[in-house]
Parts: sequence; C-alpha cells; structure tokens
Amino acid sequence: MTQKSAEHLLQLDGISKYYGSFKANDRIDLSIMPGEIHALLGENGAGKSTLVKMLYGSLQPDEGQILWQGQKVNIANPAEARTLGIGMVFQHFSLFDALTVAENIALAMPKDQKLSDISKRLEAVSQEYGLPLKAGARIHDLSVGERQRVEIVRCLLQEPKLLILDEPTSVLTPQESEDLFKVLRRLSDEGTAILYISHKLAEVQALCQNATILRHGEVVADCIPANETPLSLAKMMVGDDIHEIAPRATGSDDAKVILKVTGLSATGLTGFETSLKDVNFSVRTGEIAGIAGIAGNGQNELFAVLSGERTTAPDMVQIDGEPVGGLSILQRRKKGAMFVSEERLGHAAVPEMSLSDNVVLTRHGLEDDLQTGPFVRHGTARKLKDKITEMFDVRKGNDDPPAMSLSGGNLQKFVLGREVMAGAKLVIVNQPTWGVDAGSAAQLRQNLIDLAATGAAILVISQDLDELFEISDRLATMAAGELSPFVPTAKTNRNEVGLKMTGVFAPAEGAH
Amino acid sequence: MGMTEAILLTIATAATPLLIAAIGELVVERSGVLNLGVEGMMVMGAVGGFVIANLTGNPWIGILAAIALGALTSLLFGFLTLTLAANQVATGLSLTILGLGVSSLMGEKFVGQAGEKMGNLDIPILTDIPLVGPVIFGQDPIFYLSILLVVAVSWFLFRTRAGLTLRSIGNNHHSAHALGIPVLRYRYLAVMFGGACAGLAGGHLSLVYTPQWVENMTAGRGWIALALVVFASWRPARVLAGAYLFGAVSIGQLHAQALGIAVPSQLLTALPFLATIVVLVLISQNVRATLINTPAMLGRPFVPDR
Repeated sequence: MTQKSAEHLLQLDGISKYYGSFKANDRIDLSIMPGEIHALLGENGAGKSTLVKMLYGSLQPDEGQILWQGQKVNIANPAEARTLGIGMVFQHFSLFDALTVAENIALAMPKDQKLSDISKRLEAVSQEYGLPLKAGARIHDLSVGERQRVEIVRCLLQEPKLLILDEPTSVLTPQESEDLFKVLRRLSDEGTAILYISHKLAEVQALCQNATILRHGEVVADCIPANETPLSLAKMMVGDDIHEIAPRATGSDDAKVILKVTGLSATGLTGFETSLKDVNFSVRTGEIAGIAGIAGNGQNELFAVLSGERTTAPDMVQIDGEPVGGLSILQRRKKGAMFVSEERLGHAAVPEMSLSDNVVLTRHGLEDDLQTGPFVRHGTARKLKDKITEMFDVRKGNDDPPAMSLSGGNLQKFVLGREVMAGAKLVIVNQPTWGVDAGSAAQLRQNLIDLAATGAAILVISQDLDELFEISDRLATMAAGELSPFVPTAKTNRNEVGLKMTGVFAPAEGAH
Repeated sequence: MGMTEAILLTIATAATPLLIAAIGELVVERSGVLNLGVEGMMVMGAVGGFVIANLTGNPWIGILAAIALGALTSLLFGFLTLTLAANQVATGLSLTILGLGVSSLMGEKFVGQAGEKMGNLDIPILTDIPLVGPVIFGQDPIFYLSILLVVAVSWFLFRTRAGLTLRSIGNNHHSAHALGIPVLRYRYLAVMFGGACAGLAGGHLSLVYTPQWVENMTAGRGWIALALVVFASWRPARVLAGAYLFGAVSIGQLHAQALGIAVPSQLLTALPFLATIVVLVLISQNVRATLINTPAMLGRPFVPDR
C-alpha cells in the first residue's frame, strides 16, 4: 500500500473549513488515483461544494493539507489550480452568456493564445470527443446541454489531470447523460482522474469506481458503489431511514376538469426567453399531472401565464369552467387556485420579511380577518403562520424569523403550506423540491399526494424525472415551448420521456 | 473662415467634452460598475485644469492636472464601491454633489480671471484648404485626442484579451471570479480610466471651450454623457454619433434662436436632448444586439466569498 500511496494524484489530509462556529467541512480525507472516477456523494448542504471550491482554489482551507502528486500544494486561486492540471465543470455554469464559445474558452486559457487558434483547437477537440460545438455561437443561444459541453471542452483544452464535475447531469436528459458518461469513461481510460459530485445514486453506481460520502461536512463512509445498493448508499448519505411514499388509488371516474388550457401561445418576455406554442391540456380533480422538461424550455413562461403573472386572452386559461386568462393573480386565487413558484427567495417569499408578513403577501384578500380596511392584522397573520409551521413541520430558529433564514427545505414546506392551507381546488407547483434536502423532499411529495387525495387538481412542473414518476398520474414533456400530449405515467418510461425532452414527440428512426 | 466652417468647429467643440466623458464612462460600465459621479469628476477636472494652467501659465500642464484630479476623484468612488462594496448609485450621486461643492471652494479666487486657452492646430497650407482644412486640420488638440480615444477604446474592448476580460467581468462577475480573474483590480482600473476621461472633459471645458472658471460650469454635461452611454447601448461608435448629434442640435438650435424662428425658446433648448434620445432609441431596436452589449452586472457590487 505504501507503494501505491506514492502514485496518488490527489490526497486531502484533514481538510477543514469553518464559517464562524459552523463546520462546513470537518477533517475531510480523500484520495484519488490517476484515471480513477471517484464519486463525492452527499445531500444538499453536506459540504460537497465547499470542498471542491477549496480544490479549485476559490476558497482556502482553514486546516489540513492538499497533496498533489505527492507534493504539498497551496492552491491560492483558480488559475493556480488550472496550472496544476485541475479542471472544473460547475453546476451553475460559469459561462458568460453575452460572449461567444471561443471567447468563453479563451478567458480560461493562457493569455498568449490567439482567439483564432483557440477556435480551431476547440472545434477539433469537440469533434474528437463527440461534443460538437461552433466557436462563433453566443452562449445564450445554446441549450443547457450545449453549455455544459462548452465547460467540458474548456477543461479538456487545458489537458487536465483531474476533472471535477459538480452535479453534471442535473440539467441533462437521460440520453445526454449517457453521452456524457461515454466521454468521462474515455477520459478515465486515457488517464484523467475524475471527481464526480452527485446525489444521484444510480449514476454513481454505473459510473464511479470509488465513492466518498459526506454528511454534515464530515466523511461518513468510503465505499465501492458497485458493491452497495441504492438504499444502503442513500442511508449513508441521509443518515436515517428514507421516507417511502405511500401508494394511493388514482383515477376516479367522476373527476371534473378544473384547469383547462386551450391554444395557449405566448411570446417570450425578453429576447432570451422561450415562447409557448399552442399548448393544450387539462387537469382534473384528484389527480397529479406532471410536466417534465429541461429548464428553459418554456416551463417558467407557462407558470407565469397560469398563475396570472402574465395575462393572455381570457379563454386560453380556464379554471373550473370560467375563463381566467385575463385575470390577476389575486382574482385567480379567489377562485381557489394556488401557485408555488420556482424561486423560493425573491419570488415566492420576500427574503428579508418575517414569515407572518410573508403569509399576508399571498393570503390577503382571501382570509377576511387578515385585514381591517386598509390595515393588516398582524395577530391573525401570526396565528396563521403558527398553524402552517405546525401542520407542515417547518423547522425554524425562532418564532417568526425572516424567510431567508430558513433552509431550502423548510422554506419550501412553508410556502407550500401557505398556499394549500385554504383548501385549494387547484395547485400549480413549479420545481417543488429543487435544492431541498431528501427528507423534506419526500415530505413535500407526500403533501402533494395527500392534497390530491382530498380532491384538489395538481399540476407539477419539474426537472426531476424520478420525482415525476413517483408522484404523478399523467405525464407530459415540454421542449422548446411545445407540450407533448399527456400519457398515463404507468404507460411510459424514462427513456421515452427523455427522448421527448429533446423535442422528439413521436419516436423517430435513428434515435437511440 | 466662412460661416459653415465656424459652425462645424463649434459643433466639434461642443461635442468633444461629452464624447470624452461618455467614452470613459462606457469603459467603467462595461466592467459592470455604474458611476453616476461623472458630473462631479468633470467639474473637478475643470477647476483643477483652470487653476493649474492659471498658476503655471501652461494649458498643457493644466490638462494633465485635470486628468489627474478626475482620476483621483474616481479613486474615492472606487474605494467606497469596490473595496467597501457600498451602493454605487448613492455613492455616485454623492460624488457629484461633493465635486460641485469642492470645485466651487477651490475655484473661488479664480472666478472672472483670464484663462489660458489652448490654441487650435494650424498647419500651413493644410489648414487653409477651404471647408475641409479648418475642420480636419484646424481644431484643438483635445479634439484629435477624443477621436483617438474612441478608436482606442473600440480596439481595446473588442480586439484585445484585456478588453475581453473586462467585458466578461461586466457580463458575469461570479463566473469571472471562478475563472480566477481579479475582478476588483480590473474594475479599479476601469473606474480610474473613467475618472481620467471625465477630468479631461472638464479640462477641455475650462481651457478650450470657454477659457475661464465659472461655478458649476459643467452645467449637466456629465449627466448627458451618462445618458449617451446607455442610449448608445454601450457601443463606442454610437457614443461618438450621439455626442455629435447632441452637439449639432445644440449649436443648431442656438442659431435658430438667433434667427428668431417662431418656436418657443424652451422647446428649442430641449431639442438636443429630445433628438439624441429619439435617434439613439430608434437605432437600439434590435433587442438581441442590445442584450449582448448590456453589461448584465451593471451597478451590482461584487464581494468575493472567503
């Protein structure tokens, strides 16, 4: 083993990072061999991002040391990391969307290289690895998958010895993910080590030779993923038993159409936004309808139109048989429709305001006792807040904290609770569990299922296919502003939906 | 020299300070920083240039002093908004108020004194060519510098690596930081370049345009420069066009007033503003092109994580 340790590409030795008394990383040990695909597993907030930021030089560790090819190194900034041979593909891409592909890549290259040379090299490398790119394209015209290609090619041009990928498949279709894995396996064969950060267990098992599991900033286990089961990995990651969703009876015959969307078309708000093209569907009482799709394909525009943030011709959107396309958000709420938007902070809740004030923001005009004339009744708001936090198990630091002090999962529970407490007829949720820890996510999904059981019609827009397959009765897919027809969830599968995400609504020849 | 030449020369003289201040602010804003203190830095340049030229008897030393004072004033803005991450709008407004006050104090003893005028170029034969001669070869040196600045800034922004880096910071400072680009260093340099330009523009006012010192002699030109940058959608060539359009309409309406045209004078005085805004808005109809050129980080403070 001593022989082996000399060959380690990277060794982390007791790395710690503190924010005040909070330990983001607590004595992390990790080692990677050349050519190894190593998984870093953990929930949101487990400390994965903090750790890789230190590896990439954007953060400095408070304790511990980093050994690179057996030598102690101090990675002061990302440029030094790149010089060592560490490349990084970020989860939220670090691209400049007003610049071209070549300009984006040039910014990460040594200063003496000409843009024209970089263009040639990037197109050559992208061809070689099956990641086709045009050097002159502007980033904001590219799909999310293509943007990731830019990041990967940018790393490959620097011929890294270690490539770090942060949640690379969260924005990809299953097919795109497979293509990515092929590239990663090829790189690994060529001797490039890969640190693969994810919370998706299936892909870690399929791709990675070793895994380090983080929980609350500490390493809880090192294992070989192929020897584990998804459940055993999940238990190590989450710490306690995973909440299983209770199955339910679906599809009563007397179900009534609550939400009806007919011939809905809308233009994008700005030059960068996707427009909606002739969208038709309906959602009935007691069912959960799911809309899958990669971010940026018109889901946010659809949500804006359904919630009343943007108005349309009255007949395009109908709630319970009444045309509401021209009505405001509040008028739609008064008809029993509730909306939970994607951004918790800044859209669904005002970050600096207390929870009780945030209650007033969407519930005023619905609860008669929330206001007296023009004045807000804070006492009633606080009582309502207490009821919501109790019923939906919202954990908070003090009695009435500002919304921004809650964790993602707890705030999402609060926002959902606020919307559905009034006994909604129709609930429209955009990305219900994005950035939410596994425990809260399971609870949120259970809440939606319980809600459907009470007879509410529920529309869930999500990028998380697993989630949609778990909770929805019928599924449709959005691609480039168009919506595929809904099909019963039981009669479709991930591959079929994945294909539709790329805009192929009817199975076409040559598609794999 | 005929009437036409005279009008063309006055247009250039009126446009030059706007152009210089705007091209400086354009670089600042391309880096993602909004400095509303252009007026303040400009008036500091005007008073500094006048006082030093008056004391030394050399307008060139005055111009250098104007540039230095403008840059120094902008450094205060840089320290507050970049190092201390203060609100850029509030700080910029304060800088304007501060500049107007300090310049009045500094220039108190110099009000009404004779200034040192920087002479126009005079090349034998060339300057004597009718029409073309005085306009191309007979202007003040700062005019030529201003045109050179537009070309240089265009070339810098779109043809050099440092310019690409500057634009990338204005587009997304988080990504730039993640790539290891020293965001704040670039912004400091951009802010100081903007300050130097505003100072030079002020110096042009007090040493070339009207060689004297009057309190608040910038008379809102800094604000017009700021507006030009936005309406020109952050493109140097359009700033040039906007500045000259504004200059031309300003001079044109003066002549119209002198001729006694039956239009209320208030309307004529407002005409340069209206015309410039209308034209620049009309040429910015391409939403995509505007989005590409708009610095997405404009006015947002950057605090690197630790």
